[in-house]
Amino acid sequence: MKRVYLDYAATTPLHPEVKQEMMEALEGTYGNPSSIHSFGRESRKLLDEARSEAARSIGADFSSIIFTSGATEANNLAIFGVARAHAHKGKHIITTQIEHHAVLHPMEELEKEGFEVTFLPVDESGVVSVEAVEEALRPDTIFVSIMRVNNETGMQQPIEAIGERLKEHQAIFHTDAVQAYGLEKLDVTALNVDLLSVSSHKIYGPKGIGFLYRNDDIHLAQQIFGGEQERKWRSGTENMLGIVGFKKAIELLEKEREDRMTHYQRLSEKFIAGLNELSIDYHMNGKKEEHMPNILNISFPGVEVEMFLTNLDLEGIAVSSGSACTAGSIDPSHVLKAMYGEKNDRIYNSIRFSFGIETSEEEIQFCVERISKILNRLLPNHTRG
Amino acid sequence: MIYLDNSATTKPDESVVRSYTKVATDFFANPSSIHIAGGEVEKLVSESRKQIASLLGIHEKEVFFTSGGTESNNMAIQGIAYAHQKRGNHIITSAIEHPSVLGTCQQLEREGFQVTYLPVNETGKISIDDLKNAMREETILVTLMHVNNEIGSIQPIEQVADVLKEWPAAHFHVDHVQGFGKVSLPYSHEGIDLMTISGHKIHGLKGTGLLLKRRGVTVKPLFYGGGQQDTLRPGTENPAGAVSLAKAMRLALEQQRNYPSVGSLNRTLRDRLKEIPNIQINSPDDAIANILNFSVLKFKPEVLIHALGEEGIMVSTKSACSSKQNEPSHVLLACGFDTNDTAAAIRVSMHMNQSKEDIDTFLTVLYEKIKNIEELMG
Ligand SMILES: Cc1ncc(COP(=O)(O)O)c(C=O)c1O
Ligand SMILES: Cc1ncc(COP(=O)(O)O)c(C=O)c1O
Repeated sequence: MKRVYLDYAATTPLHPEVKQEMMEALEGTYGNPSSIHSFGRESRKLLDEARSEAARSIGADFSSIIFTSGATEANNLAIFGVARAHAHKGKHIITTQIEHHAVLHPMEELEKEGFEVTFLPVDESGVVSVEAVEEALRPDTIFVSIMRVNNETGMQQPIEAIGERLKEHQAIFHTDAVQAYGLEKLDVTALNVDLLSVSSHKIYGPKGIGFLYRNDDIHLAQQIFGGEQERKWRSGTENMLGIVGFKKAIELLEKEREDRMTHYQRLSEKFIAGLNELSIDYHMNGKKEEHMPNILNISFPGVEVEMFLTNLDLEGIAVSSGSACTAGSIDPSHVLKAMYGEKNDRIYNSIRFSFGIETSEEEIQFCVERISKILNRLLPNHTRG
Repeated sequence: MIYLDNSATTKPDESVVRSYTKVATDFFANPSSIHIAGGEVEKLVSESRKQIASLLGIHEKEVFFTSGGTESNNMAIQGIAYAHQKRGNHIITSAIEHPSVLGTCQQLEREGFQVTYLPVNETGKISIDDLKNAMREETILVTLMHVNNEIGSIQPIEQVADVLKEWPAAHFHVDHVQGFGKVSLPYSHEGIDLMTISGHKIHGLKGTGLLLKRRGVTVKPLFYGGGQQDTLRPGTENPAGAVSLAKAMRLALEQQRNYPSVGSLNRTLRDRLKEIPNIQINSPDDAIANILNFSVLKFKPEVLIHALGEEGIMVSTKSACSSKQNEPSHVLLACGFDTNDTAAAIRVSMHMNQSKEDIDTFLTVLYEKIKNIEELMG
């Protein structure tokens, strides 16, 4: 059966060149970078090179990159690290209702510890406003964490402007840039952020590795104790193979970013055109502006999402209804709830299609045709009148 | 090239690497995704979990994948401390633990927990009587390493577990990082609640590891996020890492049959080192066979390590995690060695297929280097 994977926002395959690089590096990564003999030194060199590459990719200093086991850990390190180190300056934190669970759940944990967290709402297009941040800001606000691009809708948040506003405030500013990093060129100075999280497996690198950018002036409470790796910001023998693969993935991204963006643009236009051609009844969740073209979150009035997903799956099309973090379960999306309210049908009939570098226009065509076929079966009278 | 630093890290086994690559390439979907591709990957992860459980004779729900030994140790210690602090705030460990245990315990002390650091005798062992005397009603955690990474001393884990069976409020965590694949433990012993294993010490990959957690034991997670691994360890799983770790563990248990021959290499090392003047053996006689720690008195270890390195022989000073290589080893100091002797310590650590030739070459080169340096220094 033809299988079409349109769930690249959940995870991406290893880029063939990343795989190649990892295979070739195996001999060189076998030393422990903390060892003083030549094996250790070889690994140390690879580690340093990867750190430089990661730093360069976001316009940051070498010493500001902390490698972690992924973005979940990077987000947790940012959130708990700031909260626990800066609690003496205040206990108020600002975030949004549309963050990934790797931000929302640590925030809820902080609430239990006595912090006060404001979860800002978003508008119907899934964007938080700078004014909302301004209004929520208090003298005792110590931390603001807002994602750059939402993983369900692809909607970009006004990080630069929020960061600009926070310059005059004590609050430390973190952005979860997991979904943005693979698309737009990010620069920590232009974004005005102090902390930024990235994950390798969303940019055609291996799973189990990511980084947290930390402005050198920002103190974090250490979360994982032990050896002196990552200058003690994150102890533990480094995942060398992962780091080497991650570095290659970053290099490729830097080289291909614009082409990828154009490719995604073309695919999403083709997708929408296809839906229109087949007179499929749909609504885009989000809006055209500030939208990343690799993610289309689409509501199909009248369908029941679980049934729709199963049907797509049986036709060989792998997509999802939101984020992938609760194995096997479909909870109504907290992101769509924040956009449309608890009662809106869109919460129950929306699907996320996300494209990757290997997605072809034929696959898009195939997918659109199957959507039409399934809808005809599930909802015989669905087409737009 | 003769690599004798296997306690710092090991060379990944080729078949382990092959399974990693195969899974990473052919099964890349997110195991939490509900589509068929995700389901296939989820199956691989749960198969790995089952394999590991069956290798150890425990339940699959007791297996948690982590990023390595350091994370597992932190998760066990912080996890028990924060989940059970209402019941008590006392923790027992030993003076010779790995920095990932000592550092975590010291942090907890700063937060108001009380920590007893059990002393060790000159053979690097704690005493069961000391442990019994240290136990209190408020003791919520005992965390001990099975095999010490610097000198190879082996703690009486089963005896400790027997004692702790009588203390239901006190959890027992074992850092099994250096012991796994060399000396087995009674994994399903009811006195053991948590155990740490690291992939890169057993010819698996760096960044892979396990925390084993007995069912019914509550720990507070280190991270919060998605629902992965029963929400105890969220974050997109690393299926290739999981599969490769299960493979590395199976191979390590197979290789364990070579342990006796490593024992005879250890005896060769000891016998021949004793013939060199000014060499003091720091590892106790009953240490694990693959680790031998010794001091060449009056020698800076870096000088020797460098000299050996020139001949393609890799050994180390103490553990690899400290940049302050010249500081005396906390392990040797705890065993009662003199500060000067501890600063001169060198560790040889073998893998389970180390050859007799490797050891002979090492000894010959070491002997020559010592002679050369002595002549140079007059
Ligand atoms: C926006 C966002 N943040 C965080 C994460 C978590 O990253 P990781 O899978 O590396 O733990 C993801 C993906 O799962 C994400 O999409
Ligand atoms: C006894 C012991 N525990 C824990 C660790 C830490 O494991 P990892 O390197 O996987 O973080 C090591 C090795 O560095 C060790 O030797």
